[in-house]
Amino acid sequence: MRDEQLLEAVERYLAGEMNPDERRAFEQLRTENAEVDTRVIEHQQFVGLLKQYGERVELEKRLNAIHDEIDVHALVEEVTERPSWIIQLWRNHHSKISVAASIAIFAILATLFVTGKMDNKSTYTELSLTLQNQRRDISRLDHKLDNALKHEPRVLPPNKSSATGFALTSNGLIATAYHVIYRADSVYVQNVAGRVFKTKVIYTDAKRDVAILKISDTTFTGLGTIPYTFKRTESDLAESVYTYGYPQDSPMYNDGRVTSLNGMNGDTIDYQVSVPINAGSSGAPLLDSRGNIVGLVKAKETGLEGTHFALKSDYLLEAIDNIPTDSLTRKPVLSTKNTLTNLSRVQQVKKLQNYVFMVKVY
Amino acid sequence: MNKELKTSAPTDSEIVFGILNNSESAIKRLYVAYFPMVLQLIINNSGTPDDAKDIYQEAIIVLYNKIKKGDFELNSKLKTFLYSVCRRLWLKRLSQMNRYGGDLHDFQDHLPVEDDVEEQGERDIQFGKMQGALGMLGEPCKTIIEDFYIHNRSMQEICESFGYTNADNAKTQKYKCLQRLKKLFFQQK
Repeated sequence: MRDEQLLEAVERYLAGEMNPDERRAFEQLRTENAEVDTRVIEHQQFVGLLKQYGERVELEKRLNAIHDEIDVHALVEEVTERPSWIIQLWRNHHSKISVAASIAIFAILATLFVTGKMDNKSTYTELSLTLQNQRRDISRLDHKLDNALKHEPRVLPPNKSSATGFALTSNGLIATAYHVIYRADSVYVQNVAGRVFKTKVIYTDAKRDVAILKISDTTFTGLGTIPYTFKRTESDLAESVYTYGYPQDSPMYNDGRVTSLNGMNGDTIDYQVSVPINAGSSGAPLLDSRGNIVGLVKAKETGLEGTHFALKSDYLLEAIDNIPTDSLTRKPVLSTKNTLTNLSRVQQVKKLQNYVFMVKVY
Repeated sequence: MNKELKTSAPTDSEIVFGILNNSESAIKRLYVAYFPMVLQLIINNSGTPDDAKDIYQEAIIVLYNKIKKGDFELNSKLKTFLYSVCRRLWLKRLSQMNRYGGDLHDFQDHLPVEDDVEEQGERDIQFGKMQGALGMLGEPCKTIIEDFYIHNRSMQEICESFGYTNADNAKTQKYKCLQRLKKLFFQQK
């Protein structure tokens, strides 16, 4: 119990409750006994800490009470730095914006690439292979060179370049595209049965890309009545049209609609049609659903599938009128009776096959 | 970028003398005057309003103790001192959370206040221990200790409120409680 009494003495001493005698005696004890002295200091410090702790708790309570009276929410609104809306937009959505931008750039590049705007090439391709013409030129030069060197005749290899033509009259006038027969040595036509006739080019119009051939073969006996007529008026937009031609060895049918009454770059002599057309279809007839010839297939736009051009039939008729009279025995007589009108498409095409030819160029 | 906040601040000497005289309103006016400044600092440097409250109260206590101890020199402004302490404390907090990006967006001038903050930190550790020890002490010891040593109530009052038959019993009880508290306090690491 000594310790408890000592503590009480220390407390009384520190609180200043001792009378002068007691105090003197205790101070005496403190100087004599180091242990007592340590206890006094220790106790003083500990109680001091306890008091300070109490004060701190009290102070914190007061501060909290003050804090509770402040409208923190309103202050937050006031002091938050508001960057301009564009920076906020960027901060909140920068990942989305980046993705969108890359997609946009990609889309633009892809579109440019697909539409062919990226390269400086012409967007206009003639459907018969122009390259073939170049090859033909080269082989002709080759041939001449060979002849000059060897003095031996040499047979030209048959040229595979093919296109389409269709009959205008029963006596063997055939329309095709000018670029098909351009620079050709000789032009032959082959009918559906595989018979080949030699022809003579009697009229060309490079500007409109139209040429008229005449079968000059002696074995040719005539075609019989032409079943279709030529439309003299312009077709309507969205009119259903079809072609029949020889993009390959066997005939091919394709249909679509008139998508524009103007051709490439607003050219008024052509229609634009949405008929899928392949190289080799050049010179094929373009017919409407009643079996009228409305045009002559010419070309397509490079890179943009499904857009093709056909010469309007009235320009074709104009070409027929312009055939020099000296190359004809008599004025061409065009059919005036359309026997396809009331037939189904299948029947129309079946009848058509005798009047559409594969044009072979050497 | 820095927008200064407009506050109708009380003069520094008003506050210092108010605190020295234990004026309740002085603390309140001080607190209200500079809280927005600290809130601005904290929430624009990846903190929350609650962080701002913690930091600000700690800084107020640092200032309060400094004034009470009599070593606050009026040559530095209260506002600048508070801002500097909060800034220091927040930097410390941010680096503890590993969220300090190396750049603090400042709104005010600031002073070096490392010593004050360190001193406060040490005392906070002691207080933390004391709080822990008192928490573990249990009743009725906790109340007896708090009443006697913190609230300065006399043994006579304590004796009555706890219904001890005589003061000696109460004293013995208080002695035992204090011994236990000391043991608990020094046991804590």
